[in-house]
Amino acid sequence: MVDLLFFGIFAAIAVLCAINVVLQKHPISSALSLVGVMGSLAVLYLMLGGVFIAMAQIIVYAGAVMVLFVFVIMLLNAGIEVRRGRSWMATIFGVPALLGLLGVLACLLARWFPDAPTIKFGDFTGGGAKEVGYALFTEYLLPFEVTSVLILIAILGAVVLARKELD
Amino acid sequence: MSPSIVFLIATSVKLAIIAFVLLTALAYIQWVERKVIAHVQVRMGPSRVGPHGLLQPLADVIKLITKEGVLPPQVNTVFYVAAPILAVFMALISISVIPFGTSITIMGHKTMMELADVNVGVLVILAVSSMGVYGIALGGWASNNKYSLIGGLRSSAQMISYELPMSLAIAAPLLMAGSLSLRDIVNAQHGSWHLIPRWAIFAYPFPQVFSFIIFMIAAFAETNRIPFDLPEAENELVAGFHVEYSSMSFAGFFMAEYSNMVTVCCIATILFLGGWHPLWPVKWGSDFAAPAIFAAAGLICIYHGINYVRPFDRITLPIFGVIFLGCAGIFLVPILVPILMPIFWFLAKVSFLLFVFIWIRATLPRFRYDQLMAFAWKFLFPVALVNLLLTGFFVALVS
Repeated sequence: MVDLLFFGIFAAIAVLCAINVVLQKHPISSALSLVGVMGSLAVLYLMLGGVFIAMAQIIVYAGAVMVLFVFVIMLLNAGIEVRRGRSWMATIFGVPALLGLLGVLACLLARWFPDAPTIKFGDFTGGGAKEVGYALFTEYLLPFEVTSVLILIAILGAVVLARKELD
Repeated sequence: MSPSIVFLIATSVKLAIIAFVLLTALAYIQWVERKVIAHVQVRMGPSRVGPHGLLQPLADVIKLITKEGVLPPQVNTVFYVAAPILAVFMALISISVIPFGTSITIMGHKTMMELADVNVGVLVILAVSSMGVYGIALGGWASNNKYSLIGGLRSSAQMISYELPMSLAIAAPLLMAGSLSLRDIVNAQHGSWHLIPRWAIFAYPFPQVFSFIIFMIAAFAETNRIPFDLPEAENELVAGFHVEYSSMSFAGFFMAEYSNMVTVCCIATILFLGGWHPLWPVKWGSDFAAPAIFAAAGLICIYHGINYVRPFDRITLPIFGVIFLGCAGIFLVPILVPILMPIFWFLAKVSFLLFVFIWIRATLPRFRYDQLMAFAWKFLFPVALVNLLLTGFFVALVS
């Protein structure tokens, strides 16, 4: 019962922050709303039993990545964005179209996975660091290594770009 | 009583004790810092408010509370107000997962000496400290002032850079302990070989001396202390990210800095210095270290009170002497020894590290900004990486 309450609270925070990312005019406000989304997602992971993933979510996304976002926004001194008028089509049909799309998605999911089990909080216990590490280095070794090579390529690319600017 | 009610009561009591002790300690660390720096520089330090300036922190708190909180017209109000709150919140929250001692049993109910026993305590601390950057960065940006903006930018760049070697240095002792829970890490450092304690910095198979040094260097940078206090470099940035802050919002940043100092010292103690385990084994009489130290302090105070230099020493020093002797007596009560001795050792190590922080502030000059960055990326990070690899290699070799 308490789990459901907390799920409701943090799911609501996540959705509201996500909407706020789009609604805010100032880039810093949007970025901080995104931090809110990341943080409440971490709480949801935590409630589902993914302890390690929840902490990694905060350290990597809410901490490192978003701090870099905020850093860049501050460095560029981005001002308040100018809002141009929307097309009347978007104003009228935007919300109904979105709701329709969500309805279609929910309907399709229910049809494709009719016997999907209901998730209960506390059922899943394999979310500790040991289990995650074991899974990464046995079952998912290839994707893990490919991802690290990908990141290495990205770092090399950044270095090359930065060097060109110096010359 | 049902277990949940006991838990609720125990947690509330612990919360009250920790909050009171921590907040008082934060105020008095500043007094210690001013006194120590003053004595390093052959000055007196605070000596007007109360005996030996002991009431100075109280006076400072009253001053900060009653000062006018100026809201400058050019600031972004929401973030300007939120930034110090965020900073102090993130700084105080991480103390809740730190274990101070072993368990304590009152009326048949056993409770651990920490607020929350989290099995990923190390990660919680890293997560909270990575969120702490926002307070300073936002404060600098929202002040809408070029000095504070540069201070905030420097602070975020510095904290991101030094978080990497810090995390790598933390990972090495975790490999030796094989756990992410702070309590398990301390328990893994239990025992000793003859006189050498089995702490991580002395431990077989690979002593974590390098990790400890790397961690402490990174900790200085993470807490924006000298020699890495570039975000508030007075000679170039006036006061850095908190130029525009006054009254309690300024005090918020101040408290956050000192609270972060306490936290990193606690983590260093837990990860490298064996937490609450004594410096030498109990059978060699380590339980008598605390009474001996307090008794010596008390006797020295009384001696100087009798052979006084300043007139008021005749009254104040004997009082302190009696208080210290009383503390020594408390540590000799057999029923309290298993509770008090772990706390004594833990606090002694944390205080020593805090003293090192203050000592270095009194000794070293400030880095230049490019030196700061080059040091983090070109020296500290590779060294931390090699250290982690070596530790992993030796741990794998032994197991």
